[in-house]
Amino acid sequence: MTRLLFFVSEAFRALRRSAAPSIAAIVTIVVTTLLLGVLIPVLKASEDKTADVREQIGLNVYLYDDASKAEIEALERKLLAIEHVEAVEFISKDKAAKILAGRLEGDLRESLKELNSNPLPASFAIDIDDPENLRAVSNAIAPVGSDGKPQPISPAIEEVRDARQDATKITRVTGAVTVVLGILAVLLLVASLLLVGNTIRLSIYARRREVEVMRLVGATNWFIRWPFIIEGVIVGLTGAAIAVAILWLGKVTVVDPLSESFALVDNFSTMGFTPLVITLVASATIVSALGSGITLRRFLRV
Amino acid sequence: MALTRSRKTTPARTRGRAAKLARERRTTPQPKPPIVALRDATVVYPGGHVALERVSLEIERGEFAFVVGPTGCGKSTLIKMLIREIQPASGKVLIAGRDINELPASKVPLLRRRIGTIFQDFKLLPNRTVYDNVAYALQVIGASRAEIRRKTPEIIRLVGLQSKIHNYPDQLSGGEQQRVSIARAFVNHPPLLLADEPTGNLDPETSIGIMQLLYRINRTGTTVLVVTHDREMVDKMRRRVIALEDGRLIRDERAGGYHDESTREFAARVRHELGVPGDQPE
Ligand SMILES: Nc1ncnc2c1ncn2[C@@H]1O[C@H](COP(=O)(O)OP(=O)(O)O)[C@@H](O)[C@H]1O
Ligand SMILES: [Mg+2]
Repeated sequence: MTRLLFFVSEAFRALRRSAAPSIAAIVTIVVTTLLLGVLIPVLKASEDKTADVREQIGLNVYLYDDASKAEIEALERKLLAIEHVEAVEFISKDKAAKILAGRLEGDLRESLKELNSNPLPASFAIDIDDPENLRAVSNAIAPVGSDGKPQPISPAIEEVRDARQDATKITRVTGAVTVVLGILAVLLLVASLLLVGNTIRLSIYARRREVEVMRLVGATNWFIRWPFIIEGVIVGLTGAAIAVAILWLGKVTVVDPLSESFALVDNFSTMGFTPLVITLVASATIVSALGSGITLRRFLRV
Repeated sequence: MALTRSRKTTPARTRGRAAKLARERRTTPQPKPPIVALRDATVVYPGGHVALERVSLEIERGEFAFVVGPTGCGKSTLIKMLIREIQPASGKVLIAGRDINELPASKVPLLRRRIGTIFQDFKLLPNRTVYDNVAYALQVIGASRAEIRRKTPEIIRLVGLQSKIHNYPDQLSGGEQQRVSIARAFVNHPPLLLADEPTGNLDPETSIGIMQLLYRINRTGTTVLVVTHDREMVDKMRRRVIALEDGRLIRDERAGGYHDESTREFAARVRHELGVPGDQPE
């Protein structure tokens, strides 16, 4: 306990003394943490979007409102008989309305309730074993007739729609974005590691005589190292705290008001703020503590 | 009571062996190894300069010895070798009978805590006050705060720096820094004290003051090894003198006769013989 207090007071003594390098290290950490704080949620959001789109690959068969129960049952059997079809789910008009209501929030949901009639069609959602077979299944449901128009296998079918074209495009785009952002994040991390390491190295280098004297009067390596590591932790924590404060400000003043009016922006806050903060603070602290610890090794070989 | 009970319970054989051991210990006392022993120690600096060449010597516990020689003869190298700041290319360095160059690196700090060193360039921590510099030697060994608060001012008073206790090294004169270095070296009461030119560049009166201090420390039982190029001072002190030249030991003289004088008598005599005016003994 006495030791810990001593180490902490030594760390603060060192920070006070070399204020300029300490501030440089803190600023470096603030900047990199800020960039990471923006990059990580974006990266996370684009990943989620890709997964979302992949799940959606399948077919929707929309029905006329006047389709009879018998027609619908007959169609379900026919659909199940088609090759490559794994599952068929009937979505009634009511269910479609409920699903939509579940996706909407607040005012929009209220306004949906106020509609007297349900504008949504009933449909079959079809799961296909492999996205490759989408075209074949689609053709089996609505083969193109001699006049060039689709001839559905049942008169109840109004339209067959697949999200395939859109989906592949989105997948490709988000995939590219993920790779680019990922590379950026890694580069940023490496750069920040080097920067912080270098800053700390300079401050330790300025104190190498002191470290040498400590060694010569019988201090063990860990006795010398602990204050430096605690110093690194303090620098890392301070930098991360400032960055998080700025991020929080940005979230409250920019992202939150936007996400209220646009569902799309809301999608981007996929990562909770708390886990993000914990990740950022922990990594900033570890990086700077490790930076001090490793740099010191060179001067402890007396 | 205790004796009779133990007699009943201890088997006769064990008793006989124990008694024999005790007898042996009494009749042939185990001689303590010398506190410092060098055996053909040779130091070669990178670049090939041979700073010490096959130096062999022994220093007994409680001795006050000088190492003399012109600048560059290897005196500081000798000190550095004794605290394993540098290691000999060949030969052995034994402290209290143990070869310090066979110690694992993790044990070197423990060795250095048992040896107080007054460095030629003081090696004070520039950003600490006199108090904190001296306290650091205690913090290093894990002394309690109460112990640090008690011992630090005590030793600073002993070296006569109580009025400068909160000064930083750059606010002190050379002699004062020297004394901080002595205080730090001695605050743990190490059994061995090494002093590298403790009077270098000091005026004669201050030099005598510092020698007096080292002498006083020696009288508490600490072995003191003083390195100096001040032949005149050494000649007047009449202690053992080890002379180096070009890295070789050329002379090792034990001068007797004054070993029991008090610190005051010692200082007065040296002052007198050096022709320095000062308070004479009453
Ligand atoms: N780190 C070093 N590298 C190379 N040569 C050194 C080094 N330190 C001392 N020397 C040389 O070794 C010799 C002895 O040095 P030193 O022990 O410091 O002498 P002194 O007796 O004056 O204390 C000198 O000639 C010096 O130039
Ligand atoms: Mg020297």
